[in-house]
Amino acid sequence: MTAVELRDAEARIVGRTIWRDVSITVERGEFVAVLGPNGAGKSTLVRAILGLQPLVAGSATILGARPGETNDRIGYLPQRRSFDESTRIRGIDVVRLGLDGARWGVPLPGRRNRTATARVDHVVELVGATEYAERPIGELSGGEQQRLLIAQALVRRPQLLLLDEPLDSLDLPNQVGVAGLVRDICREEDVAVLLVAHDVNPIIGYLDGVIYFAAGTAVEGAPEDVVATQTLTELYGVPIEVLRASDGRLVVVGAPDLHGHHAH
Amino acid sequence: MPIDSVFTGLSWNPVHDVHELFTYPFMVHALEAGTIVAVMSGVIGWFMVLRRQTFAGHTLSMTAFTGASAASLAGAPVAVGYFGICSLGALALAAATGTRRSLSSESAATGSIGAFALALGFLFVNLYHGALNGLDSLLFGTFLGITSGQVLALLVVAAVAIALVGLAARPLLFASVDPDVARAAGVRVRLLGLGFLLVLGLAVAETSQITGSLLVFALLVTPAATAQRLTTRPLAGVVLSVVLALAVTWLGLALAYFSIYPVGFYITSVSFALYLLARAFA
Repeated sequence: MTAVELRDAEARIVGRTIWRDVSITVERGEFVAVLGPNGAGKSTLVRAILGLQPLVAGSATILGARPGETNDRIGYLPQRRSFDESTRIRGIDVVRLGLDGARWGVPLPGRRNRTATARVDHVVELVGATEYAERPIGELSGGEQQRLLIAQALVRRPQLLLLDEPLDSLDLPNQVGVAGLVRDICREEDVAVLLVAHDVNPIIGYLDGVIYFAAGTAVEGAPEDVVATQTLTELYGVPIEVLRASDGRLVVVGAPDLHGHHAH
Repeated sequence: MPIDSVFTGLSWNPVHDVHELFTYPFMVHALEAGTIVAVMSGVIGWFMVLRRQTFAGHTLSMTAFTGASAASLAGAPVAVGYFGICSLGALALAAATGTRRSLSSESAATGSIGAFALALGFLFVNLYHGALNGLDSLLFGTFLGITSGQVLALLVVAAVAIALVGLAARPLLFASVDPDVARAAGVRVRLLGLGFLLVLGLAVAETSQITGSLLVFALLVTPAATAQRLTTRPLAGVVLSVVLALAVTWLGLALAYFSIYPVGFYITSVSFALYLLARAFA
């Protein structure tokens, strides 16, 4: 089943068009990165998929329905979310909230509670966070928090995962580690993953596709076809060069604030 | 000062002293009221500390003072003033802060409301000339002269507030620690925020009637903050917060009964001592 389908979509924020003529398709089991400079509308796409950002033109079908109607089947990890030191809640409780945090009342002992506990333990193990899940989440490192947040996004067995810059603020080995983890989950649980990223290099080996936002629109395709001199030159409308460094890293030259820069 | 001259009522026979606490109706009412207030502030205080809304709680206690002094001036029951104005104050806070995400603008708006409320209360106390010795108890608390009718009113309000928080416990916890994801999961984050401020207003209004407006924190913040240092499990934290608030209240009332110093001082001091212990050892 198609997880995300946008046709000629346009999004506006306070009267300003963020992007238009955006047509993308993401299937179940695909791992797709959303790339592009700051302010190009990557997070706006995520919000549009969740139904939090209405489209002013075009159409969107998310898991077979209109945006917002299928959010219970979407796992969402918002941008740059970290818990500060004074947050006295265990990591495992944060994961559990992702499962049944929207329900009224308090969890009562019983079969349903045991099933829930087992599911939480399972996803925590899946992301390799069992060792530190019982500690207050505010005391964990950025990478540890990120793994627990991915577990939280996964706990309801979503068919679509939206990860908004989950690699931001992680060091390089952790970026590669988390990207590999996401790819494995994508394959094993047959879930579509949209991962918003700033730098394509640590993850490019894991990707099935890339959606590249720039100049008020977006292009979609295989990673090596999109992050390429010709495609990006056409997208930006100014000469862009994609070079391959001797270590294999792709470097985009000619567009300000792109790969390799970490503007905040 | 020799300790005997502070604890003038104490016989130093524990059995006799505890028995004496329950002898007089006014003291029984005080213990009942204190128990109700402690349970409520333990529960709601835990969420308030988690949500970092202690400043909002403080501001509501300023408006509590305004309400109580306005009620005295108008000849209405003080409790009416407390509950009425705290609800209004909660709505004002929600209106002033609800749409903004930035903490700094939130605290500036909150502080401005608090300062104005305190000034109004001071004006009312001045207009009501007879309130001079009432001012102390409005600000720092009293346990004298609580009627069984007041105890019943406290009980009803506390039961409603605790039931509401219990019903919304999970979404409220979700919205408090992780608002963005909670919103995407369908939790009405803003509505819960407004609802919680109203319940917090009720809690402040109740607590003010025992500790006085300025010492509300002794029951609403300190036990909850102590509990959060000692455990990170939500349910255990709420229970511990209630237990600490109860212990502090009972001890404070007993100490005040046998001594010449006011109840607010004892509740606050015991509370603070427990907090320091928790910080030192946990």
